[in-house]
Amino acid sequence: MSTRLTRGGRLIDRSAPVSFTFNGRKMQGFAGDTLAASLLANDQLLVGRSFKYHRPRGIVGSGAEEPNALMGLGTGNRFEPNQRATTTETFDGLVAGSQNHWPSLEFDVGVVNNALARFLPAGFYYKTFIHPRAFWKHVYEPIIRQSAGLGKVPHEPDADTYEQAYGFCDVLVAGGGVAGLTAALAAAKAGKRVWLVEQTGAWGGRAPVDGCEIGGEPAQAWIDATLAALGGMENVTLKTRAMVSGLYDHGYALVYERLADTTPGDGRPRHRLWRMRAGQVITATGAIERPLSFYGNDIPGVMLASAVRDYVVNYAISPGDRTVVVTNNDDAYRTALALFDAGLVVAAVIDARPRADGALPELVREKGIRVLEGRAIAKTHGSKRVTRVSVCAQVGEGAVLEEIPCDCVAMSGGWSPVVHLWSHCGGKLTWDEAFAMFRPDPTRPPLGDKGQPLAVTAGSASGAMTIREVLEDAHAAGGGEGAAPAASGPAEAPMMTAWVMPAGAPTKMRAKMWLDYQNDVKVSDVQLAAREGYTSVEHTKRYTTLGMATDQGKLSNINGLAVLSDALHQPIPATGTTTFRPPYTPISFGAIAGEARGEIFQPLRKTPADAWHDANGAHWEPVGHWRRPFCYRKPGETVHEAVNREVTNTREKLGLLDASTLGKILVKGPDAGKFLDMLYTNMMSNLGIGKCRYGLMCNENGFLMDDGVVVRMSEDSWLCHTTTGGADRIHAWMEDWLQCEWWDWKVYTANLTEQFAQIAVVGPNARKLLEKLGGMDVSKETLPFMTWAAGTLGGFDARIFRISFSGELSYEIAVPASQGRAFWDRLMKEGAELGVMPYGTECLHVLRAEKGFIMIGDESDGTIIPQDLGLSWAISKKKEDYLGKRAQERSHLADPDRWQLVGLETLDGSVIPDGLYFPAEGTNHYGQRNTQGRITSTYYSPTLKKGIAMALVKHGPKRMGEVLEFPDTEGKMIKARICDPVFFDKEGAKQNV
Amino acid sequence: MSEAVSALAGKSSSGFVTVAEAGLQGMITLRADLSAPATAEAVRAVTGLDLPAPRRVTSGGTGAVLWMSPDELLILVPHAEAPAAVARLDESLAGAHHLAVEVSDARALFTVTGAAATDALRKLAPVDFDAMDADEVRRSRFAQVAAATWKSGADEWSVVCFRSVAAYVFGCLANAARSGSDL
Repeated sequence: MSTRLTRGGRLIDRSAPVSFTFNGRKMQGFAGDTLAASLLANDQLLVGRSFKYHRPRGIVGSGAEEPNALMGLGTGNRFEPNQRATTTETFDGLVAGSQNHWPSLEFDVGVVNNALARFLPAGFYYKTFIHPRAFWKHVYEPIIRQSAGLGKVPHEPDADTYEQAYGFCDVLVAGGGVAGLTAALAAAKAGKRVWLVEQTGAWGGRAPVDGCEIGGEPAQAWIDATLAALGGMENVTLKTRAMVSGLYDHGYALVYERLADTTPGDGRPRHRLWRMRAGQVITATGAIERPLSFYGNDIPGVMLASAVRDYVVNYAISPGDRTVVVTNNDDAYRTALALFDAGLVVAAVIDARPRADGALPELVREKGIRVLEGRAIAKTHGSKRVTRVSVCAQVGEGAVLEEIPCDCVAMSGGWSPVVHLWSHCGGKLTWDEAFAMFRPDPTRPPLGDKGQPLAVTAGSASGAMTIREVLEDAHAAGGGEGAAPAASGPAEAPMMTAWVMPAGAPTKMRAKMWLDYQNDVKVSDVQLAAREGYTSVEHTKRYTTLGMATDQGKLSNINGLAVLSDALHQPIPATGTTTFRPPYTPISFGAIAGEARGEIFQPLRKTPADAWHDANGAHWEPVGHWRRPFCYRKPGETVHEAVNREVTNTREKLGLLDASTLGKILVKGPDAGKFLDMLYTNMMSNLGIGKCRYGLMCNENGFLMDDGVVVRMSEDSWLCHTTTGGADRIHAWMEDWLQCEWWDWKVYTANLTEQFAQIAVVGPNARKLLEKLGGMDVSKETLPFMTWAAGTLGGFDARIFRISFSGELSYEIAVPASQGRAFWDRLMKEGAELGVMPYGTECLHVLRAEKGFIMIGDESDGTIIPQDLGLSWAISKKKEDYLGKRAQERSHLADPDRWQLVGLETLDGSVIPDGLYFPAEGTNHYGQRNTQGRITSTYYSPTLKKGIAMALVKHGPKRMGEVLEFPDTEGKMIKARICDPVFFDKEGAKQNV
Repeated sequence: MSEAVSALAGKSSSGFVTVAEAGLQGMITLRADLSAPATAEAVRAVTGLDLPAPRRVTSGGTGAVLWMSPDELLILVPHAEAPAAVARLDESLAGAHHLAVEVSDARALFTVTGAAATDALRKLAPVDFDAMDADEVRRSRFAQVAAATWKSGADEWSVVCFRSVAAYVFGCLANAARSGSDL
């Protein structure tokens, strides 16, 4: 059984016990524990079930590499699935639960898969569920989805807060082990702005556990002194519980800081994502030990040798009473020594190498521990816990030589540098035959904007395997002057690869050798994939799901591709690795979202009168990032009824529209007229001062992109109104042409959109209202249609534009935004006796459609030219050029067969659904039904008491009176007559009064 | 004239630093040839201040001049004086190609006050505040919108954004300044 030792534990505080629950059972731990350590202290080795076969899973590792110990943590609005127990710190009140089992962790019905395992080979899903095709969507996928997925999805909004922050430094050191500390100190002494971040809560990494000595002292003393030195330097920022999750272009790195995981509800942000710009990144990310592939290596109790000694030394945990160490290298002997020093029994060290006579094996022998050379594990016995191992020769086929009872197996297949960060942004790897590992190739680093190395590795992350090499490498990586800190340790004899144990294991054994614990990928699966023709490691990964689990193959990748290489009869470097992608380990969605939730999820643009609209029944509609009233509902009114009321009231009495969102761009300079003549299809340079003109803007491909009223303000300045959504885009468009193409033209622009509140006063009573306010002459004679004037209207600084988008007598009045709300209030108050009512965007749409005015985004969609819309009158024939002119002369745009704008009215007066197409005879070369047009706008007209629509129809204007027949979305046939798109007041009598 | 109000009417919020809408502030966009002596003279006549170097601010009295781009300045004057200041600029620069226009109401101005003011700003803008000089202005992005920021007092930073997103920027700043979330 696993239990807590009575002494030791360098990271735990025995004076601070904490209680937590696991699957509802109350358990005790100590402050400083990881959840994995606490579980082991409570003899809870079984922590989950594997994904495919639901096999029992125990804790394997002690850090980020852990594939098995995945937990659902917290409850309710703080529940989070798939959290690794090995990287979760235990705290008082922690609630943890295992995953992927039913009905219970101890008894799982899914484990029946175990017996069927041979029917679930690699690619099983692909092979089985491909036929019949239709079954996938309706039968297979829903069933597979039921059984898929490890963790449960949280059902409540997250109660915690998260944030992001921007950080800058010269040197970002990832990893706070002795290599990171050394590199950071060297860089800091050189005056660099240094960030040193460590993903766990403790500094120093493995060195104290491995018994290293630095500067003649135990590693811990050196770590403490170095930390004190760094802490005293102003140019150094130190962070624990902070992981560099990814390295991106130009030294952009993400640092994931966990602030309040152990203190939920303390008011601090739970996680903070630092978006860093680092001049250089030093990856001191250490190395991860590899498992060995032997029969039953997934049975709980089989752990990494390094993890076993981590638990013993750091947390005073005995993972088992009697441990067998199995290895192909000297390092694992440190585990035997750590166990021995803690008073635990090491039954034997099984070493695959024919000779084990280095310093560490000798030390182990001196303690009286058996060392079996040239041996392997033939079989691990047990189901939910190891009970014994059978021993065989490594070179043979697994004939059992002896059996050794044990309840823990500590395995070591050598070490792999953590190359993820190095690789994220293009750093290349090279195969190191001696240590059987891919190590970063310092001659091919990830490159920055000037071709400079973005990253440099330090310590074990470089492939340095002894403490002396680690410190020398890290010191150099940090640009250190002079000698690296001195260190010494026992010499280590070479390791020997043992990708499969024993080497000649038959198929039956290989089918029980796990590579990927979480996804149940075995040696036999990878070999099967190779036999079936999968030669690319990326394809094999996806076919077998090797390395596709939440641990992303931190333990399984190298072993898997070694097996694949062997099966393909090629050297490992020829197979290569799969791609390393950020994040290094999963980061929370909360951290990615940052502050963007609730009220500040995204910018919501508001006009000065926004609060009035909100308080007066506004039914909101998003327009770009603005919110605009779609209509104003009165109590008991539907949206449709409100729109109809607003239309009728505006036509008969007086309507107010908050038009503040319309773009207003001031264009000024000696060349401003010339500039606008190029931007608009019609002439603007000859517009008289005090006059307004409707204009169209096309892009250089000839397509209509915006429209609006242009106002001549003075001799050298024009005010260009744009659509609401077009304001920023058109301003940028203007600047683009001025800065990049016509840089010698003397024109300045300024976007004044938000400087003014602009209110449209519309309807037969519009003039009466303005006269009531007083201060400006708004008569037909003084202020005729399409003119403007500035002055003081009812005490407000006002510009009155006599323009109309409704066909009614209409004034658009701009006042400074700071006076906008007061102006609106005044119009509402003074207009009361004139029947004033505000109207929203839908009423605006109906009013304009009744008049046949086009709307950008309805009648235009990026493929429409003004000529399609009957707007040839707004295209200057005199001008030599304007943006889009040459494009509009191309054959396809000048084609008389292009669909043209017409009106449509149904024979029965009903409203046509939006977006319908009109079928034509025959089919096109794709076998699709030909079409001859489509609906662009369709409304119920309360003025005409029937449905009206605008449409683009082939040869439309020549087909007036023709009845089109076309199906609606339900297949019902609609009959509609082609007509003039101007449905109401064709003479324009109403607006020109 | 009707009484003018700023976008958020001086709304404020206190966390580890204080965030406040600064109320009405006169602002003028001046686009002109910044290397022309006439431009410097015109600006001095209105504000009493020298032209700022690129990415810098000059300030004093009731005004400030902020460099916005190679041909654009943002001039701060008291709100009520902005129309007259525009007229004076137009007068001084008559004959020279320029654009002077009031933008007071197109913007919202905030102050972030406190010893750790930049801790709040660092959460929203990709700006290296440690590397900024005392008289520097930075046009950047605050969360999802454009804004500019500069140090306007001993422990005070100013942030200017567009008026329509004033509530969003205030929400972001207040959230970034929440007690217990200092960096």
